[in-house]
Amino acid sequence: MGFIVTANSSVIKLEDISFSYPGSDTKILDHLNLEIKQGDRIGMIAPNGSGKTTLLHTIMGLCKPDSGTIKVFEKVLNHEKDFLLVRSKIGLLFQDSDDQLFCPTVLDDVAFGPLNLGFSRTDAIDIARKTLEKLGILYFEKSVIHKLSGGQKRLVALASVLAMEPEVLLLDEPTAGLDNKVKEKLIHILNSLDISYFVISHEFDFANAVTDKIYSMENGRILRDDEIHIHRHEHIHKHGKHPHIHK
Amino acid sequence: MIEEKFAYGSSFIHKLDPQIRILALIVLSFAAALCDNLYLAVIYFVISIILISLAGLNRIDVLKRLKPLFWFLLMIWIILPLTFDGDIMYRFYWLKITYQGLILCCKITIKSITIMLIFVALIATMTIASLGSGLHRIHVPDKMVFLILMSYRYISVIEEEYKRLLRAAKFRGFKPGTNVHSYKTFAYIAGMLFVRASLRAQRVHQAMLCRGFNQKFHTLDEYPPNRLNLIFLMGIFGASLSLVILEIIWV
Repeated sequence: MGFIVTANSSVIKLEDISFSYPGSDTKILDHLNLEIKQGDRIGMIAPNGSGKTTLLHTIMGLCKPDSGTIKVFEKVLNHEKDFLLVRSKIGLLFQDSDDQLFCPTVLDDVAFGPLNLGFSRTDAIDIARKTLEKLGILYFEKSVIHKLSGGQKRLVALASVLAMEPEVLLLDEPTAGLDNKVKEKLIHILNSLDISYFVISHEFDFANAVTDKIYSMENGRILRDDEIHIHRHEHIHKHGKHPHIHK
Repeated sequence: MIEEKFAYGSSFIHKLDPQIRILALIVLSFAAALCDNLYLAVIYFVISIILISLAGLNRIDVLKRLKPLFWFLLMIWIILPLTFDGDIMYRFYWLKITYQGLILCCKITIKSITIMLIFVALIATMTIASLGSGLHRIHVPDKMVFLILMSYRYISVIEEEYKRLLRAAKFRGFKPGTNVHSYKTFAYIAGMLFVRASLRAQRVHQAMLCRGFNQKFHTLDEYPPNRLNLIFLMGIFGASLSLVILEIIWV
């Protein structure tokens, strides 16, 4: 595809992006700027409805911004055609795995991306198997997807994204609805990846464990670490287990 | 929700290529459905029994699959002999059972069981994914194939959503009954399901685009070339053709 990727080069750059849903005056994204560089591991913690998902969909070309420019690998993207080229290089993990996994079986789904990229049948199966193995879930390659649990589905969805060998990964609340065991597995997997990623999460612990810097979002703009003060404090007091009110 | 109980096996039928089985099914079931001779219908029935035993399926499970059909047939047996015009065999006050009605009932029973058995033997013995790839290879339009595969994948998701909505209603004291309030509630739930299904369809489409979907159908299925494929197909074609010719000559 001819993308030249060097350390510290910009992978995704959003400049002055504005977006509002048709028929609404509220700007979901308001002159937003964001840059993801090679090797970046960025977390994003922001309240519901602050436009995080819209932001990811804008990067993928699923939402067309009203103004501003999207640059991926230093190339400005305008039309659907431009996005087609970069979609294979950016992997997006959807919030709901059921949206992402639409093939009957696990292997079918993981091989779907490579097949679309033009790999032969045997190569696609090979890539799919290797990806599943890397995530330690090769044992359910033949499983029927609608019979998997939520955690299993999330891992398969991640495998199906990784099978396309993206340069950068966008994750939309990857831990939503997962138990601690799967969460730990996800942390382990993400930390072992050598690609850049951008994680949206509600969980500080998770975001903290897998990223180097944490951003937030407010009024359609990104707030960088130096502008936010996310911290947590633990405290102890004599009320014990009884419900109480903080003053 | 959808069990693929018969899909896995190592019988002769299981080894046949999906597209061969679909072609055989189309020819044989049409021939059986259009047959109008009781004796020939019995021969089709025998063929379907042979196919079932070739597939090595559990007989009790197969009978369970036929259960819904039996209810339908029961209705036919109650209504047809009494209402069909023809030579009266038996009269009980105003009730009369006709010979032609009985024959028609027999024909419908044998033919419908035959066709169901052919479906169970040839189609239920493959996974939905294989069915999709088989249909694709006999040049069924990709849109139709996707429709089948996606329905299979999402019917359980929609069922899950339906249950969730109904549960939410029940937790707030909803008791289904025969009143306007209940009908309204069910209508709301059905409406919500449509809204959610359409939103989900949008998201699924987005997810497909993200993974380079280009309207093409790819399949991973592979059935090694098998000489039996051709022999089986020729056998089924030959049998159907000779039975059809036999019926034409007979009449």
